[in-house]
Formats: sequence, C-alpha cells, structure tokens
Amino acid sequence: MKQPILEIKDLAVSFDTYAGEVQAVRGVSFSLSPGETLAIVGESGCGKSVSMQTIMGLLPSPPSRIKSGQILYEGTDLTAKTDKEMESYRGKEFSMVFQDSMTSLNPTMRVGRQICEGIIKHQHVSRAEAKEIAIDMLRKVGLPNPEQCYRRYPHTMSGGMRQRVMIAMALCCHPKILFADEPTTALDVTMQAQILDLMNDLKNTTGTAIILVTHDLGVVAQMADRISVMYAGKIVESGTADQIFYNPRHPYTWGLLGSMPSVAQSSNNAKSELMSIPGSPPDLFAPPKGCAFAARCPYAMTACQKMDADTFTADDGHTVRCWLMDSRAPAVAPPVGRASVRGKEENA
Amino acid sequence: MNENLSAAAQLTAQDFVSIPEESRKTDAIVRPSVSYWADVLRRIRQDKVAMCSLVIIGIMVILAIFAPIFSPYDYETNNLQAINLPPSAEHWFGTDQLGRDLWTRVWIGARVSLLIGLGGAIAPQIVGIFLGGISGYFGGWVDMLIMRIIDVGVCIPQLVYITLMMLVLGSGPMAIIVTIAVVGWMGAARFVRGRVLQFKNREFILAAKAQGASPMRQIFRYILPNILGQQVVSITAAIPGAIFTEAYLSFIGLGIKSPMTSWGQLAQTGSSLYRLYPYQLFIPGVLISVTILAFYLFGNSLRDALDPHLRD
Amino acid sequence: MTQSAKPVVSAAQEQTPLIQVEHLKKYFTAGKKQILKAVDDVSFSIARGETLGLVGESGCGKTTVGRTVLRLYEPDGGTIRFDGEDISHLKGSDWKQMTRRMQMVFQDPYASLNPFFTVGEIIEEGLLIHKLFPNKAERRERVLELLELVGLSKEHANRFPHEFSGGQRQRVGIARALALDPNFLICDEAISALDVSIQAQVVNMLMRFQRDMDLTYLFITHDLSMVRHIADHTAVMYLGKMVEYGITSELYSHPAHPYTVGLLSAVPVPDPEYCRTHQPAHLQGEVPSPINPKPGCRFCERCPRATARCRQEEPAFTEVSPGHYAACHNL
Repeated sequence: MKQPILEIKDLAVSFDTYAGEVQAVRGVSFSLSPGETLAIVGESGCGKSVSMQTIMGLLPSPPSRIKSGQILYEGTDLTAKTDKEMESYRGKEFSMVFQDSMTSLNPTMRVGRQICEGIIKHQHVSRAEAKEIAIDMLRKVGLPNPEQCYRRYPHTMSGGMRQRVMIAMALCCHPKILFADEPTTALDVTMQAQILDLMNDLKNTTGTAIILVTHDLGVVAQMADRISVMYAGKIVESGTADQIFYNPRHPYTWGLLGSMPSVAQSSNNAKSELMSIPGSPPDLFAPPKGCAFAARCPYAMTACQKMDADTFTADDGHTVRCWLMDSRAPAVAPPVGRASVRGKEENA
Repeated sequence: MNENLSAAAQLTAQDFVSIPEESRKTDAIVRPSVSYWADVLRRIRQDKVAMCSLVIIGIMVILAIFAPIFSPYDYETNNLQAINLPPSAEHWFGTDQLGRDLWTRVWIGARVSLLIGLGGAIAPQIVGIFLGGISGYFGGWVDMLIMRIIDVGVCIPQLVYITLMMLVLGSGPMAIIVTIAVVGWMGAARFVRGRVLQFKNREFILAAKAQGASPMRQIFRYILPNILGQQVVSITAAIPGAIFTEAYLSFIGLGIKSPMTSWGQLAQTGSSLYRLYPYQLFIPGVLISVTILAFYLFGNSLRDALDPHLRD
Repeated sequence: MTQSAKPVVSAAQEQTPLIQVEHLKKYFTAGKKQILKAVDDVSFSIARGETLGLVGESGCGKTTVGRTVLRLYEPDGGTIRFDGEDISHLKGSDWKQMTRRMQMVFQDPYASLNPFFTVGEIIEEGLLIHKLFPNKAERRERVLELLELVGLSKEHANRFPHEFSGGQRQRVGIARALALDPNFLICDEAISALDVSIQAQVVNMLMRFQRDMDLTYLFITHDLSMVRHIADHTAVMYLGKMVEYGITSELYSHPAHPYTVGLLSAVPVPDPEYCRTHQPAHLQGEVPSPINPKPGCRFCERCPRATARCRQEEPAFTEVSPGHYAACHNL
C-alpha cells in the first residue's frame, strides 16, 4: 500500500452552544492514498461535512473546537497550523467543491477573475498567463465557449455550469486532494450524470485524490474506490466499494442500502415495503452512552446499550464498529448484499 | 484484531441477547423545549449592550415619571429672583432665563419627548401594517392604488408636510405624532408589503390555504406573527428618529411651545445663551443623545435576537 | 394537431377516475410581455386508490401542476374534476368543503410548518378551520391519534417545529394533511429533502396509509427510482408539457420518448460493478428557459433523434402500446 497523503487520527470536533456542547464528530480516523477516491457516506447531521471543513480549516472557532486528534497531511499535523498558514494549503495542496455553487462564488466578480485569483496567488504567474490557464481549465471542464464564459458573472449561468466553474476553480492549481461536499445534490439527474462523468474523467487524467462527501449511494457507486460510512459522529463501517456494497456488515449500512429503491427493479416487487430505519438519528447534544445506532437497530443487544462497540476487522481493509461482529453475538444473516443488488442488467 | 480488548472483556454472554423492539425510543427529543419568545428573551439577557441600553431607558422613564412629582418646583412658574442660576444643591440642573427649575423642566420635557418618541414610532407602523398588509396580501388593483399613492407621497419633501401639518394642527405632542405618522406610514407600508409578499408563498401559508383557511385567518394567525418580530425592531429603530424629529421641530420653533417643554425646546432655549450658560444647552443635549443612542443600540440587539437564522 | 389527447384509463378502471385533469394551463408573466408557460395543456386522470407519479427536472412545471390542481394557483385554462364534478370554478364555502377531500404534503420540511405554532397546534389547525370536533378534549384526542399514526407521541405535541429533525417534521406535515381525512393527497417532492433512510420510512408510511385509508396520490418528484417503487402510472414532464404517460413498469422497461430514455439512464445505480461495466451515454445540454418557447417540440435542442420536423411541428400524444402514450414524432 502506498504512503497515505492524508491521515486523520481520532478527530473529535465539538460545537459550544448556549445549551451545552454538541459533539459533532466523535473520534474519526481514516486515511487517503494518492489518486484514490474515498467516499464518506452518511445522513445529514452525522458529522461528515464538519469533518471535512475541519480538515480544510474552514470552521470558525469558536463555536467549533477540535477536542482531540491529528490531521496529518504528508506527515505534517494541520491542527497545529494557524489560519494564515492554512491559507497557503487551501487551493494549492487541497481544494474544494461545495454543494451550493451560487453562494460559493462571488456574485460581483466575473468568473474568470475568480479563477485567476487562485492561480496568481499560488502559481506566481502574470495575469495574462493566469488567464490562459483559466480558459484552458474552463475548456477542460466541458464548458462550451470558454473565452465567453471567462467574462460572465455567476448569476448568468445555470447551476450545472456554475458547478463546472467550481470544479475548474478547484483544479486549476493541481491540488493533491479535492474535497467534494455533496457536489451534485443541488443538481437535476441529467446534470448530475454529466458532472459525475466529468469528475471521473478529471480524476483519471489528473490523478487527484478525491474525498467525496455525500448521502447518495448511487453517486458513491459511480465514484468511490473506498467508502467510510458515518453515523452520529463516528465511522461505523469502512472498506472498499465492493466490500461495502456486496458484503456490508453493519446494520446501519444494511439499512442505507436497503432503503434505496432501484430504477431497475422488476415490476413484481414494486409496491412492497422498502427496508427502512425507524426513528431519527440521535441528537449529538446528548449522544447515547452505548452504540449510537442501538435505538434504531433491529438487532440491538444489551451490550449495545452498555458500551460502544469495538472496531472489528471483517476482511482485509474492511472494518466494522458493531458488537454483532463479536464471536459471542448471535449470527445474523444480512438482509442486503450480493444477491439483493443484482439484476440491474435488465436496465441496460 | 480488536483495538480495545478491555471493553469487549467487560461484557458477558448475557449482554449478547437481542433486546425487544418495544423498549426502544427512536424519536425522543433530548433538548429542553424552548419557545421562540423564551429564546429571544434569553439572547437579550445575554447581550450586555442590550441590557445597558435597557437600564438607561428604564432610568429615563422612571425619572420622567417621578422626578417632577417629587420636585419642590413647578415647571411653568417663573421666578425672576433666580434666573440663570448654575447647577447647585437647590437647583440640581440650575434655572433658565425665567428662573424656572431646570431639573423639573428637563423631566417634564422627557415625558413629552419619550411620549412623542414612542407614539411617533408606533403610529406610522400601525397604519403601515394595515395598509401594507392589505396591499401585499390581496395584490391587484388595491395594491396598485396604495403603491401609487405612496410613490407620489414620498416625492414631496418631508419638510413641506411637516410645516403644513404643524400649521394646520398647531403645536403640541399630538400634532407632532400625527405629523410623524403622516410622513412615516409610507415607508412602513412598503416594508410590510415586502414582508407579506415574502411570506405569502411560504409553504406553511400555502398549507393553511390548502386547508381552507380564510384570508383573514391567514393574515392574522400566520403572516402577522411572523412579521411582528421585525415590526418590533422597526418600532424600536424608529423611536430615536421620532425623538430627534421632535427635537428638531422644537429647535426650529415649529414644535412644542413654552411654557410646555420638551428636550428639543429646552435645547432651543438654551442655545441662545449657551456661551454664558452652557449647561442650559448641554444638559438636554446630552439627554437627547444618550436616549437616542440607547434606543438605537437596543434596537440593534433586538434585531439580532429575533433573527431566526441565529437560532442554535 | 398540437392538442394532447387525454390518456384513457385502462379497461379495469371503467368507473369515473377520482381526479381528471384536462388541458390544464397555468401561465405566469415574467417581465414585459414575457410569458412563462409553466403548465401548458396537461391532461391526466387518477383512478381511486391509485398513485400517479409525476416526474421531471426542476422547472418542468410539475410543482405548478400540483398547486394548480389544489387551486393554490388559479388555473388559466382547462378543467379539474374531482369525482366527476368540475371543481375548477368552485368558490367560497363550496371550495372550503372541497379542501377537506384534497390535501397536500409539501416539499420543504423546514418552510412548511409555521414556526410560531406547536406541532399539536399545527395538526389541530385544519380541525379548527372546518369546525370539526368542537369539543376541545375530543379535538385533542384526535390530534394525539394523528401524531401516533405517524409514529410520534404525545410528548411531541407541545414542541415547536424547529426542535424536530427533517424526517419528523415531514411526518408532522403528513399528519396535518391527514387530519381532515382526505381522499386525495398531493405529495409535492415530499421526500426530496430527506435522507435516504428517512425517505424509505416516509414512503412506507405513505403506502401503508394508502392501503388502510383508500387514499389516491399524485406523487410529484424528480426521484425516478422512488416513483418506480410507489406509482401505478407515471407521467413525465418536460418544460410544461407532458411527454410520456403509461403504466409504471411498462414505461420504465420500454421508455418511448427520448427524454424519458435519457432521464432513466442518468439515474445513478447503487452498484459499483454495474457502474464499471456500463457507460451509458448521458443527455447533453441543459433545460432551456421556459419563457417564450420556440415552436416545435420543446425537447428538440437536446434530443439525439431530432429531425427538421421536430423543429417546426409540435408532436401530439400518440399511443405507443395500449395505455402507453408519448409525444414524439420519431416513435
């Protein structure tokens, strides 16, 4: 295995509110190898975006606070860096694409200028050279008529075009890591398909590692090499895309996979109940003592309420945080997995 | 394999028994329940600037009510034996050119100024909420008519209204409040209309409409409570303006006339001889400034406290 | 020629459909003399106890269809029949009575609940408006019953909406819609703002209510996989026009209109192996502006099969196979 370029060790982030502390991220560890795509999957409020923003140094403090952990980027700990020092990393070493392209772009500045700013800052080139790089980048992200796009204002473009501009802006300084936080959630399906195609193409040509944060398993399947599933501020399962999709071991992952209906399902099981997870995620203002998923888990045991599960290794590189993996636990047959996601060929 | 062997070792075989489904509470809410207004109150209390402003305003109000009652002097009786006395133990703020006790006059003036401040802020809002609400909710020709009236109205300089109104209504606190309302309702109505338009197509209003709620129910139960917070802020923000308008009118001789008094009128009288008796100008001047500042800062804090985006 | 035919109900549902919408039009003015034809001549019908899935991308007019059927927007043309009765011109108390039978679940679980009401008051509101359960205790009883129906308990009744999670709020929205015991429910992107596992929870709940209460649904969404799961019939809209209509399974397995084909191929499949082996050609370009559309087929700019005819003549709804209609010249 290659030396990871990014390693997160036991990261914990809390927000201080008037009512008390909200433990948004409660001990998250993962690593990212060069050129790889890691998807962090989870529902809203599970701490996935907070983790990303903490790594990029984008969270204001207070109210947020890194309680513990290390963020090692090529061996240097970023938690010790000042805001000023982080600025030289952002845009150059790693950059980001957000969900909402409208608020992430400056509405009073032409698109071209915004791209050039980063190029001039990090690559120390003249304005004319920067413009050339920017136009070239706009062409690469598939915008028709890049010279004209260069002079447009963000509000004159559609959501899909703006997202392409965001990607161009993020990749113009050849970052080693691209953080993509729900990059296609705000787009329509046909637009989403185009943007995902583009991101996959760019990944193959530039070799940038991607951390993709999303709740959409369909998007994950198209992009990810490895997947970490997050729930209530912790990573509950981690493995390669195939391990997670075909051999999931955590009941939460089962629930996530099972609750997705398929466009390709055969007609006879339409109108049947979808597998779903009852209730709502816990409020991280007062996280439960044991496993955070126990209250919603159909397989919960007494142990789950007593203490949080250990991390078990299911397979090479496949880790699961669940007491069901303990040798003393009753054997449970996964309701999803290899058999249940097959049968897609019919759609082709 | 296991990163934390000790945790697993603490568990026994009995712990690996499934728990019955009924005993799980999946939809519990753990945070204490806080209503909107309780939350607003909490944030106002936490805000030092807001609390300081509130204390200053409170002191002004208390003094305006009680100081003249407990003062041995009358605000309108001349005493030519004691004219233009500097502040002393006998006359805390000194006396004016006619020998009237300034301490008493200042707090009688405060009554008038604060009354005009409050009335002048509320009156245009009431008219504005009513007409702006109708205009925004019903739209169509009603909206057209009200908006065109406002368009024409705002083109006429304020001073023209004020001078005309004061000439017609004469001087006195009520006249000033009415004048401010006539000038101020147009801005308030526009603002309210904008807010109503903003809320009219919110999904919760549509939901009420889909349930068959009448327009009046939609306005009074749904739209008004939602815009009321902003209107309270507008009122607070308009108080300094109204106090200032009164001061300014009295200063140019259009407002309150002697022997009745107000802060503006006191400042006006004081200004004629301020080189000789600076306290006659500075005392009302400082009171006007401090009060306006306190209301302004409180209005700002209130706006922040009512902002739903800041709820955590 | 440009008139779209009304899709005929299949032989099994000979009785009057609960909802019949014919030639529905809703135009908005957008600036000077610019007309946005949000819904332009749309017809469909929904049989009792069935679900019609209405899909399309943002700006296609699907939400406007829902809101116009419920007369939150006044239609600019066409008729809406409920149980055979024309309701497009009902006024006053006649319309108010009608609102008891048709209700809506809204998209945004944050904007659709009044922040100043408790959840109990929100659910109670419909009962108050229609003066059902005049006895306060009985009314309270009914509210708690509705809360329980959607899986919440009486502790939740005195809480304010902002204290709830998205899924819980949406369940409150459903309880509010069901309070009046309607026959017809429009779900306008009711699950789009929710997390996947919560979507499944809400959809299961809706399907259970359909069975238990004999509800008829108009399910408006951009999520094609969910429509396949719950809809009996599916209608696809593009720029204010309906382009395809049919029995769900038939429409998904044999999409006729090139737009439907493109839409289906764009849905990401949650299966990595499938993604590695399949590289479907995706629709290129974007949805053009719906203001002052050009004559001819509205899809022709993005259509891989477009011909000269498509640019001049608007295609009519034609029957591809029994009960399956599409508006395209090149079928």
